[in-house]
Amino acid sequence: MLKYDVIIVGGGHAGTEAAAASARMGAVTALITHRRDTIGAMSCNPAIGGLGKGHLVREIDGLDGLMGRVADEGGIQFRMLNQRKGPAVRGPRAQADRKLYAAAMQRAIAQTANLTVIEGEVDDLTLESGVVSGLVLVDGRAFSCGAVVLTTGTFLRGLIHIGEKRTPAGRMGEGPALGLSGTLERAGFALGRLKTGTPPRLDGTTIDWASIEMQPGDDEPVPFSALTKVLPNRQISCGITRTTEATHQVIRDNLHRSAMYGGFIDSRGPRYCPSIEDKIVRFGDRDGHQIFLEPEGLDDSTVYPNGISTSLPEDAQLDLLKTIPGLERVRMVRPGYAIEYDHIDPRELTPSLETKRLPGLFLAGQINGTTGYEEAAGQGLVAGLNAALKVAGSEPVSISRSQGYLGVMIDDLITRGITEPYRMFTSRAEYRLTLRCDNADQRLTPLGLSLGLVGSERAAIFGDKMQRLDVARAQVGALTLSPTEAIRHGLQVNRDGIRRSAFDLLAYPEVTIGRLADIWPELSQISPDISEQIEIDAKYAVYLDRQSVDIAAVRRDDGLKIPSDFDYATLSGLSNEMRHKLEMIRPATIGQASRIEGVTPAALTLVLGTIRREQRRAG
Amino acid sequence: MPTDETIYALSSGALPAGVAVIRVSGPKAADVCRLFFGRFPSPRVAAYGAIGPDRGDPIDRGLVVWFPGPASFTGEDSVEFHLHGGRAVVAAFLAACAEIPGLRPAEAGEFTRRAFDNNRLDLTAVEGLADLISAETEAQRRLALRQSDGAIYEILDGWRTRLIRCRALIEADLDFADEEDVPGSVADQVWSMCGDLAEEMQQHLSSADRGERLRSGFEVILLGAPNAGKSSLLNALARRPAAIVTPEAGTTRDLIEVRLDLKGYPVTIIDTAGLRDAAGMIEAEGIARARNRAAQADLILWLEAPDIERRAIEIDGATVWRIATKVDLAKPTGEVDHRISTTTGEGLSALEDAIGSHVANHIGDIEDIVITRARHQDGLAKCVRHLRAAITNQAAGLELRAEDLRSAADALGRLTGKIDVEDLLDVIFRDFCIGK
Repeated sequence: MLKYDVIIVGGGHAGTEAAAASARMGAVTALITHRRDTIGAMSCNPAIGGLGKGHLVREIDGLDGLMGRVADEGGIQFRMLNQRKGPAVRGPRAQADRKLYAAAMQRAIAQTANLTVIEGEVDDLTLESGVVSGLVLVDGRAFSCGAVVLTTGTFLRGLIHIGEKRTPAGRMGEGPALGLSGTLERAGFALGRLKTGTPPRLDGTTIDWASIEMQPGDDEPVPFSALTKVLPNRQISCGITRTTEATHQVIRDNLHRSAMYGGFIDSRGPRYCPSIEDKIVRFGDRDGHQIFLEPEGLDDSTVYPNGISTSLPEDAQLDLLKTIPGLERVRMVRPGYAIEYDHIDPRELTPSLETKRLPGLFLAGQINGTTGYEEAAGQGLVAGLNAALKVAGSEPVSISRSQGYLGVMIDDLITRGITEPYRMFTSRAEYRLTLRCDNADQRLTPLGLSLGLVGSERAAIFGDKMQRLDVARAQVGALTLSPTEAIRHGLQVNRDGIRRSAFDLLAYPEVTIGRLADIWPELSQISPDISEQIEIDAKYAVYLDRQSVDIAAVRRDDGLKIPSDFDYATLSGLSNEMRHKLEMIRPATIGQASRIEGVTPAALTLVLGTIRREQRRAG
Repeated sequence: MPTDETIYALSSGALPAGVAVIRVSGPKAADVCRLFFGRFPSPRVAAYGAIGPDRGDPIDRGLVVWFPGPASFTGEDSVEFHLHGGRAVVAAFLAACAEIPGLRPAEAGEFTRRAFDNNRLDLTAVEGLADLISAETEAQRRLALRQSDGAIYEILDGWRTRLIRCRALIEADLDFADEEDVPGSVADQVWSMCGDLAEEMQQHLSSADRGERLRSGFEVILLGAPNAGKSSLLNALARRPAAIVTPEAGTTRDLIEVRLDLKGYPVTIIDTAGLRDAAGMIEAEGIARARNRAAQADLILWLEAPDIERRAIEIDGATVWRIATKVDLAKPTGEVDHRISTTTGEGLSALEDAIGSHVANHIGDIEDIVITRARHQDGLAKCVRHLRAAITNQAAGLELRAEDLRSAADALGRLTGKIDVEDLLDVIFRDFCIGK
């Protein structure tokens, strides 16, 4: 029997990131997937990043993960969303060439040391006294390991719906994973069903592009990864068209045949990713709904019509496409579909994404009730990292809400559970001004370095950046002007007798390092990337200072661990409701406990005091 | 760990009690000690004197103990005030605390938590927390019951809904900027909505009587025709000759107030000039004052004697009880709420009990109300401050103004239940067609 430290099941966005993280940590890692050539496949839209999601990609990159660099290698249109708004809410997004993306991901996996890819379908986990000790494939092969990361995506009892037609599948044309659901149920996990959907794919050569408005990418595309020096691909434009009243009529006429509205699906889909049927039913008063026509590749004529995810029967899909301007003569390469799949209640998980029920079993991605490539990849990284730490006998590592979107996401999942597929939004991050795309490396790379998760190339780049940043920060902090001097230089400040540093002056609107270099020529030596960083810090300084007090409190509470076997039953004073919630969620820290609805500060102090007393008794 | 907020709370048991201990902890504790006591007593030694922000009109006389940090229960600068444990005194004191910027009412268990954070936790205090949590639950239950049909709850909930909508519109613009259905121009509308909200909250804050009401007590006014027996009733209730009682009509020309303690609540009984049409100038002024005062009173006792001609009740507004007096002389005619005789004492203790119960029902638990009110004021004032910052900070980016709105929502959320991102998303997904 072959033996690995960590085995990752699944080769999607969560699985690849988990496998690479585990391997970077030095664990001997295997990635088991149905098919090697589907590693890094984008099942739905060919794009990475966006608002909130772009933050996740930058954080993954800060921890030396794969998604950012792979997206840079596969990207064919880069846009910084919210470019005209503040830096905290900007989100990098890239349209990717599906084939180039998957190839880059497969290359990255192949180049990762300590990592083996195995083709096969997992049938069952093997347990030894309640702890995961290995797994068995459908073909009978067995492996032993110290930890397993399951990243089943939509494959877990996946069921595709097209109209009234139902096909068991993990993705179009690929079989589902059936055995593992039974394994999880036997272990006592309650499985729920979620639903998501995807639009039909179109033959781009049959689209009347001349009649369609085109949207180009940014003139100066910004890569995701700090490691990317040059974006290799030419940039393309996407088309924009919209549904018409005729489209809406086709949908209304066929609504009863749709899988969702025909009563074939009970499970819940995400509100922010509605099917075109949903849009017409709920927002039928709109005169049209926008559709982005996104090319799937540079040498691939397939087009992804973003905005018309549907589970209507194939003939109705084609009918509705033909009512859309520019698509009158379109050929449908593949119909859209809805897919249902199993997931677990993420409150079963610890902050390191290990299940409390089965030590050694880690879960990441859609199995935890999330949606989105970036959400999956982020969880994969955290799960893979912690699986490796577990096998090495080290303490788990978690990321605080105040440290990153990764922390916000995982804390939301494990503390609050889900009612619909979870997607990241910047509004979920209460410390949004602190958790920016531009400082993701500063927030997380030091943690990665201390763990040994970050390779030497990134360590060098990061070290160099920090050194330049430190020098520049010292510089702008040391150069000062009196109000009179500032006014003489044309800067509008109060005559209050207070000397202001260059950093203070940067907080004023319109003041940039370039402007200050007129006063202090030495500032022109600061490179553009460092200048931008310092300007952002200065403009946000007042707010960041205000948040820092709250953040310190969150970090302190996140640092106060609650033993996993803490006995809530013996605490007197807790209401039954509070006790029940605490026992179900079993928060890992006082910080997590404080975010459980209905748990009061007094109850937290009682828990803290009891832990402290038991520690003293224990010696 | 240092914290910039100073907290205060009644830290002894339920009122009324012999002694009430109010604890103040945090960086402003020293200021509070100076402001309320006029000086610093020696550390950890009780000192006696007048207590209250107004040195000329102290709230009470009592003991003050000053605990400079870190040798205090919480590890921070702390001061304790030991007052007489009447509800009115404590209410007035807590209200005075609420007036000081930088002070806020402590959350249940917060002193203990600070002690823990400063490594000062006395482990026996942990047991006390269990009682505290039960009490907190019970208090919340009572508060919830009272608020569930309360006007203030409706007002707060309305504000909450509007603030959620404001935030949702702004967040939609930030998080779904690439969605065609989200208009990029909602911001102006939002700031005008925020302005209205801030204005309403500010008005509510200004009109709130900040505990003064509780200091002055519940007002009962005695009205009736001349010689109906008002002054006799006042004297009987006060059990001392507070008003001159004579048989000649029109003796009481001004208002005479007597403060009583009924069932632990402060009650002011006000005697008035008898209401009649033919009167001298001085007496007419007394009658006018009586009418004015009656309009503000909490309870009106309308007195009717058998030997005096019966009049229609002339005052609207407050609760009016019809009291038949001098029942030893003759049986009352018509419907009355109480029958009394100050000569025989008949019906007096029943009336006294009835007033006491009425006050208790009307004011409820003063302690709860003051604490609740202090929280409301604190939360609303913060909410208004953040709203105004968001509105006026026009030069700042939307994400910064959104941050001020988030702070405003957090402050309001402490009164109404947390305003959560899910509340915002519910509005966004209900109102906009989002998603590709």
